[in-house]
Amino acid sequence: MLAVLSIESLHVTYGGAVQAVRGVSMEVPDGKVVAVLGSNGAGKTTLLRTISGTLRLHRGKIDSGSVTFDGTDIGSRDPAQAVHLGLVQVPEGRRIFGRLTVEENLRAGGMGNKDKTAKGKAQDRVYDMFPVLQERRTQRAGLLSGGEQQMLAIGRALMASPKVLLLDEPSLGLAPRIIGQIGEVIAEINRQGTSVLLVEQNATMALGVADLAYVLEVGQVSLSGDAQELSRTDEVQRLYLGHESEQADEFSPVVTRKTLSRWTA
Amino acid sequence: MTQFLALLLNGVSLGALYALIALGFVIIFKSSEVVSFTHGSLLLLGAYSIARFSDSIGFVPAVLAGVALTAVVALLIERLIINRIRGAAVISLAIVTIGVDIIILTEMIRRIGSDILNVPHPWAGESIRIGSTGLSLNRVISLAVAAGLIGLFFLAFKYSSWGVAMRASAEDGEAAALMGIRQGRVSAVAWIVAGVLAAVAALFLVGAPTPGVSPTVYTVALGALPAAILGGLDSTGGALVGGLLIGVAEAMAAGYQDQILFLGRGFGSVIPYVVMLAVLLVRPSGLFGTKELTRV
Repeated sequence: MLAVLSIESLHVTYGGAVQAVRGVSMEVPDGKVVAVLGSNGAGKTTLLRTISGTLRLHRGKIDSGSVTFDGTDIGSRDPAQAVHLGLVQVPEGRRIFGRLTVEENLRAGGMGNKDKTAKGKAQDRVYDMFPVLQERRTQRAGLLSGGEQQMLAIGRALMASPKVLLLDEPSLGLAPRIIGQIGEVIAEINRQGTSVLLVEQNATMALGVADLAYVLEVGQVSLSGDAQELSRTDEVQRLYLGHESEQADEFSPVVTRKTLSRWTA
Repeated sequence: MTQFLALLLNGVSLGALYALIALGFVIIFKSSEVVSFTHGSLLLLGAYSIARFSDSIGFVPAVLAGVALTAVVALLIERLIINRIRGAAVISLAIVTIGVDIIILTEMIRRIGSDILNVPHPWAGESIRIGSTGLSLNRVISLAVAAGLIGLFFLAFKYSSWGVAMRASAEDGEAAALMGIRQGRVSAVAWIVAGVLAAVAALFLVGAPTPGVSPTVYTVALGALPAAILGGLDSTGGALVGGLLIGVAEAMAAGYQDQILFLGRGFGSVIPYVVMLAVLLVRPSGLFGTKELTRV
């Protein structure tokens, strides 16, 4: 299986001091959905920033390791170059342009896309996938509901016709029913030929749509493998899916919690 | 009454020029997050170069060349200085622009000396009489040109790709970068536009009733800064309203100076700041400015 995006023992620090990612390697195979799970501070967002080239805006720096997209090293590219290559990120917390109309948001999303016909096609695809955006295209985006804003954020990214779509916690702050819809949307986007790297805390949704999954813990990959298999393991069940495994609790609760602990504060 | 109308027209035409300059302030602030103090010297540069060029190549080519030169200098300031220190504190950036301003201003003063250069406007000296007072043709033309440019600007701001990119990156720079919008390019264009607007304003500011190009043209930009601030530094509509408000207030204060003599002579030149202070006391972020929001 050909990896369209691969990360090789990546180390990232912020301000030369805080190690956010420590030796992470992962691959996004062409045409697949890859989920990255992990609690707050695990390094998920840092990973996406590295890929999309926005690390520098946060004073982060790649210390070692490489990010390869389609065979070229993209470690030191700027965000516009990443978009041009076909790597587009939907930022955490949606970050739509609230004072612009829905249509203008989509236009802004297509700025990195020089090809006019591709842009037109992308817009048709977005309106096709999210009819509500077409209905509200002249409204200010800030007036959309949370779920619609997430749809807009995804649609905006699709305007650049990405080869790999990077999603940073699309379920954040949304109702369970809407999260289900987001999951379907991701599956649909993938069916239409876009690879997806999905960073999530909502493991149920993420593992539901993903082919492969990685679990990040304080900057390192602690588990990885087939998403279905991973969702059956005890650790993932207990920590991310919320099923208490009685057996584990009875016999060795302390030991398992040591290896994979939920963030509490 | 006719005097009032004449003063109002005078004020609106002066205000339209203020608005041109203030629009430049606003788009520079929106795109580079710089409060630019370079406008005074850009204005002077525009006026000076138009006056100098028109000696040798005639009026219309001189205007084009002067506007182009001012735009290029504005672009150079952005590329060579502002773009390299992007992300620095707003205060540091503002102080850097003051430094640039002083350098250009000093050079201009050295070149102009104590002369008053003349821009040979083809419409020089003509005026329209309204009742007992007159309105110089220069002001009438400037009003028409400014209205046209401002209209064009707002259309571009609303519909052009640059306008959308500019508004998107002003609202959320990182999200815009993730969409492939190059902030450097947006800000470079903003400086060019600001340079053009300043030079056009300068062209009319040095015509009647002003005597010609002298370093005092510089101080007009100081009247446009309150216009931009009272409109809300990040609002283009605010710059327009602020410019007009200040222009009219200034013309009125000058026209009725006998009635407000108890405030002292020459109160007209103080009025921009009085109006700005009055507005800011009631609305601290300006008439149309975005309130600073802090997430808790």
